[in-house]
Amino acid sequence: MSTVTPNANAASEEAVRQVPDAQGRFGQFGGRYVPETLTKALEELTHEYAKAKQDPDFQAELNELLHRFVGRPSPLYHAARLSKQLGGAQIWLKREDLNHTGAHKINNTLGQALLTLRMKKTRVIAETGAGQHGVASATACAHFGLPCVVYMGAEDVRRQKPNVFSMRLMGAEVRPVESGSRTLRDAVNEAMRDWMSSVEHTHYIIGSVIGPHPFPMMVRDFQSVIGRECREQCLSSFGKLPDTIVACVGGGSNAAGMFFPFVEDRSVRMVGVEAGGRGAAPGDHASPLTYGSPGVLHGSYSYVMQDEDGQTSDVHSMSAGLDYPGVGPEHSYWKDASRVEYTSCRDDEALGAFDFLARNEGILTALETCHAVAKATEIAKTMSPDQHLVICLSGRGDKDAAELARLRGQEW
Amino acid sequence: MTAIDDLFTRLRASGKKALMPFITAGDPNLPFTSKVLLRLQELGCSMAEVGIPYSDPIADGPVIQASYTRALANKVKLDQIFHQIAGTQPSLSMPLVSMVSYAIIHRHGPARYIESAKAAGFSGAIVPDLLVEESAPFAILCREHDFNLVQLVTPTTPQDRALKIAEQSSGFLYFVSVTGITGERTQLPDGLVDRVGWLRERTKLPICIGFGISKPEHVRLLSPVCDGLIVGSAIVRCLEKAHESEANAIASAAELVSSLLAALES
Repeated sequence: MSTVTPNANAASEEAVRQVPDAQGRFGQFGGRYVPETLTKALEELTHEYAKAKQDPDFQAELNELLHRFVGRPSPLYHAARLSKQLGGAQIWLKREDLNHTGAHKINNTLGQALLTLRMKKTRVIAETGAGQHGVASATACAHFGLPCVVYMGAEDVRRQKPNVFSMRLMGAEVRPVESGSRTLRDAVNEAMRDWMSSVEHTHYIIGSVIGPHPFPMMVRDFQSVIGRECREQCLSSFGKLPDTIVACVGGGSNAAGMFFPFVEDRSVRMVGVEAGGRGAAPGDHASPLTYGSPGVLHGSYSYVMQDEDGQTSDVHSMSAGLDYPGVGPEHSYWKDASRVEYTSCRDDEALGAFDFLARNEGILTALETCHAVAKATEIAKTMSPDQHLVICLSGRGDKDAAELARLRGQEW
Repeated sequence: MTAIDDLFTRLRASGKKALMPFITAGDPNLPFTSKVLLRLQELGCSMAEVGIPYSDPIADGPVIQASYTRALANKVKLDQIFHQIAGTQPSLSMPLVSMVSYAIIHRHGPARYIESAKAAGFSGAIVPDLLVEESAPFAILCREHDFNLVQLVTPTTPQDRALKIAEQSSGFLYFVSVTGITGERTQLPDGLVDRVGWLRERTKLPICIGFGISKPEHVRLLSPVCDGLIVGSAIVRCLEKAHESEANAIASAAELVSSLLAALES
């Protein structure tokens, strides 16, 4: 513990740490841009979450579930063979893929399902891209006996079929969304529209650090268990904080949960990796922090891919979970505060990382996560073997096997 | 004092109520939008609401979503909408209000949006995703430009909050009839008349009711307790076959509007 690097600049840390404010603002980002119909439910959620946060019984129940139902803490695994292959930093994998349901998403859905019960709401809706949040919502709802409807873009229903099947096995209703680009953005729109009519008895479990206040803050808090555990595990495994942390960013929930507990540790370099798709041309990627501009989408003010009129632009990523034109407002804040570096990784680089990790470590990684792995391997090579790099291994790749076969023209 | 303020002053003085149709700008093209506006005026509508197409409208049901999608598929741009309305303005005596997402206003620049909209002939804006808490900077700009910012009250809005929203609204107050998205409803919720009546006793601002209104019986039920009625999806549905025959689409919308106007007079 004694080797923790002291804080370098207290004033700027203060600025980066104390967010959001009571209006849900992370600096200029965040806020609440939704129809008046939803205000009452958002106020109720803000109030109930604030109470739950202070309630030892709530925290104990959530922790117990995370321990015995999810299997936390997730290991911090030293990828020794991978590190040796690259010849740079020691690479550590925070194994969120080993959680029940195979991704970090369950950390958030259990917390929000508990809040649903506290608010005495009787139905849950969710959106999903890769299907991991859909599965995690279906799981939490099955666990608590809540009916669950999951909106999923029709294109994502196709490319993430195993998760669609899992959701249905657990009793959730999956509603394919045929509008727009038939991906995550359209699923969020449909879930919001459902909520507009059902808000008095339904809770909308948003799956990422996006949407109107309090969602970006609350989802970050529920996911921060990743970073808190990781911090302790780094100290116990190699006696200091990591030099670098890398995570993939779609909406940005695994990254926010990993980064947040390290925000004040200025010695820790943090890198968020967006989906670079086919390249830098408009419509070929899903990298709002890299190529977008501040605007309003899905209830908050953040970087977004938009045209000159403020219409949301089409985006592309082979990974359904990153195929989203917006990003959580706290990431926009961290970007502008230069606390986190954001970069992007192309489809083909991510596919290369999938194979690299599969063959060198025996781990099949979610296509979303592969974006982080690809950039992390590049960064690790520039570091020395006595340095430590952590990758947030946010999800497992079983769900992607059929889509990988299709992308490669192989038989499934 | 905007043209909307002026309209409601006149209507109240003569004991009349407004019928306010909503149409989507550029569905399927902008010249058609002008034709429809002129026909609605000719029929006796007091004012019209012009929807600025938006890619992600979460308060809208399938009919208006589809109309936005058609307009955007034809690549309609905000500047073109303003240009078209400005060209029609000399023949329009009824006030126009734009229904527009804050995503568009922010991108255009709030002051520039107000200036362009006003120059085109709009008297105000309804911004369905700009809550009263977030609206102060834009509301100040609107006041400086004598441009109405119409705020919305819904069935989930607590009474004290409704009063606060009414204080911040200008032109009129948009009373959303249902907890939900836009679209025709067979039945409107119980207690709507009482809720509007309660608020109307407590604000001087004109109140217009919208969402779900599509039938003459809705108009007869609600017009005594409000200053105007807004009809959206039912009219947009009449106009959605305009690509087949503009004349038939306008005739179908005119028939609906005439029946609603007759109910308003009765």
